[in-house]
Amino acid sequence: MLALVSKLRQRGVMGINQRNAEFMLPYNPRSLYPLVDDKLLTKRLAEKAGINVPELYGVIEIERQVRDLPSLLASHRDFVVKPSQGSGGKGIIVIGGRSKNGYRKTNGVLLGEHELQHHTSNILSGMYSLGGQPDKALIEYRVQFDPVFEAISYLGVPDVRIIVFLGVPVMAMVRLPTRASDGKANLHQGAIGAGIDVATGRTLSAVWYNDVIEEHPDTGNPVRDVVIPHWPRLLELASQCYELTGLGYQGVDFVLDRDRGPLMLELNARPGLNIQIANHAGLYHRLRRVQQSRASLTDTRERIAFAIRHFAA
Amino acid sequence: MNNRPVYVIAVVLAMAGLLLFLYKWLVLEYPLLPKARAEIWNIEAHVVFQGKGAPAKLEFLIPKETRRYLIIDEAFISRGYGLNTRTGVNNREAIWTTRTASGRQDIYYRASVRFVKRSDSAESSREKSISDKPEFDDASAHAATALIEEIRSRSSDVSSFAIQLFQHLNNEKPDQNVDLLLGQNPGQVKRIEVAVSILQAADIPARMVHGVLLDEYRKNAPLIQWLQVYDRGVWRSIDPAVGEVGIPDTYFTWWRGTDPLMRLSGADDADVAISISRSDQPALRSFAEQNVAEKDGMPRFSLLSLPIETQLVYRILLTIPVGALLLVVLRNVIGVKTFGTFMPILIALAFRETQLVWGIVLFSLVVALGLSVRFYLERLKLLLVPRLASVLIVVVMLMVTLSVLSHALGLERGLSVALFPMVIMTMTIERMSIVWEERGANEALTQGSGSLVVAALAYLLMTSNQVEHLVFVFSELLLVLLAATLLLGRYSGYRLNELVRFRVLGKD
Repeated sequence: MLALVSKLRQRGVMGINQRNAEFMLPYNPRSLYPLVDDKLLTKRLAEKAGINVPELYGVIEIERQVRDLPSLLASHRDFVVKPSQGSGGKGIIVIGGRSKNGYRKTNGVLLGEHELQHHTSNILSGMYSLGGQPDKALIEYRVQFDPVFEAISYLGVPDVRIIVFLGVPVMAMVRLPTRASDGKANLHQGAIGAGIDVATGRTLSAVWYNDVIEEHPDTGNPVRDVVIPHWPRLLELASQCYELTGLGYQGVDFVLDRDRGPLMLELNARPGLNIQIANHAGLYHRLRRVQQSRASLTDTRERIAFAIRHFAA
Repeated sequence: MNNRPVYVIAVVLAMAGLLLFLYKWLVLEYPLLPKARAEIWNIEAHVVFQGKGAPAKLEFLIPKETRRYLIIDEAFISRGYGLNTRTGVNNREAIWTTRTASGRQDIYYRASVRFVKRSDSAESSREKSISDKPEFDDASAHAATALIEEIRSRSSDVSSFAIQLFQHLNNEKPDQNVDLLLGQNPGQVKRIEVAVSILQAADIPARMVHGVLLDEYRKNAPLIQWLQVYDRGVWRSIDPAVGEVGIPDTYFTWWRGTDPLMRLSGADDADVAISISRSDQPALRSFAEQNVAEKDGMPRFSLLSLPIETQLVYRILLTIPVGALLLVVLRNVIGVKTFGTFMPILIALAFRETQLVWGIVLFSLVVALGLSVRFYLERLKLLLVPRLASVLIVVVMLMVTLSVLSHALGLERGLSVALFPMVIMTMTIERMSIVWEERGANEALTQGSGSLVVAALAYLLMTSNQVEHLVFVFSELLLVLLAATLLLGRYSGYRLNELVRFRVLGKD
């Protein structure tokens, strides 16, 4: 066991305690958390900074508005309902189309008008929010994902997670939904995590649950060596998010839309550590490196150049 | 992030805690083990007499603190009597007076005493009694003088004189001098009286002491007499039965001299019964009492000076930090998943009443039943707060049902389910059902059993006598606990479960 500990240390694998004690607590001031915990705030902030986000169709803030949901949705065939302060993908419903009796989720399950309203009420009452405070429900554009992912995702939308430390993208992965994850892009729910070479945007190894895999379990296509489109732009956007929120250590989630290109989905002040497994690499050494060169990394260009120089696979 | 402030604070706290702990343990000699019990004896003298409808006065000798016994508590109980206590040279006296006493009168004197320390037979030497010269008749005086001469020739000092004297007095075939002095069928009291007379005739101050033996529960404890001689500044006790210097630790001196235990005027038929019982108090309480008695500054600012009921509450409350530290270790070093941060500790507190096995059974039962109800409620699509309230009501009803059922089945332990924190159980059910739906039964059961395991461990730790005793008596150990918790707050090593999670990264 001690051998394992020293091996992990040597590779710079970071544990939760270390992430919290050495990076989150010192670099992420509490006061900034609301900016990222409330997706509505994040969205508005990003729009102001010129970062593309999925278009907001409407916000349900009070129970009374739930009744107006049908009229609000009337003009949209497909959309996403999500809690503004949700975490870990909880409470997100993706509607891919309509049928006579209501809405059809992307996984084919039908959802009646009342069920959708009930779900929205649940969101408002804080069922999915951090700490259970009352929440808002966001209705937004459903991303039409880039065809590059068609071969390696099942149902839902793959998203790209980039860990940004002091403006420097240090590690990235793409999360591919599977049948097991019910179209969700969360690793603990059964999505695949594939590491991305920060320098080139090419996918590396992939993990599914705790196993290293080469092919998508549902589609059978290789997940390695897929080039993520718009990669330089993604790095740039990710880096800008540091200035956007001021959070030193954050995870930036993007989706790649067929028509609109990279859209920033959300920011995370407590990004998970599974990205290390997906990349088969530890975060710690990279973070230390950024810490040491902090003084010279003053603008986005330098930060990205630094990332490409040092964090190539 | 610089860890130095944390280390400095932790070291300071730990040092302060440990120093106080060592001071209390080594200097103030607070007991380190909970088992150490001090012997506290409750002595009660119950005086009964018949009043004659006239003023009555009872003069009753009461014990004085000695070097061997500490009087922790005293109570004088009577109805309609005025009370006065008086401390004389040798004895203390309580005087009860009333204007009219008619019918049966009951007067109680109660004392709680504690044996303090072993000492030789020497009694406090402050008061040397001025003994009256004994009055012997002619024949007795001759006999006494002869006896004194004989013993003097064979003894070297006061103690050996007294010992020799008792060998003569206790001899089965006494010589004629002794025979003359003791008279027919002498009792123990008579022997001691004679001994006192002879000793005083030989110019050795001597006195009889009366007391009781504190060795077992006694309803009608007999008074036992002892002899004390004044020797080189101290009173030495001499066992009249065997004629040896010494006094047993169990001997509790009540009064000295030849005075009767009580004198009553204005009433008849006085009787006194002395009963003795042992109270099994932990050493702690008596320790506090001793300190209060000694007006020692230290314990007055300690938990031990609080009323007993409050102390009992703190006995339990003070174990919570221990449980909290355990929780920190289990969560941050081992990586056990639980529902709610401190929920397991609250469950552990509830286990105090239910005992472990029953606690786990009852808790699992309530949560399992509540969970099935909650799954049904899910289908009704209720709003969050009403749903939570419904689950809470169901939990209360389940608890009532379990209590009634288990009572009917004669399982009295089942009644203790009432002590479970129901809001905590409700939240557990709610969280568990959400985790169940979002992450599957596996994750829900993992977290649920994780909570129960942590609760069980916390229970075992928090109810350990040793732990309870240590944090209560040496509450400054909380500073050490705090220091440890602060250090764990900056622990950035792996959690045990992360080694499993990241083991694939440990491979080449």
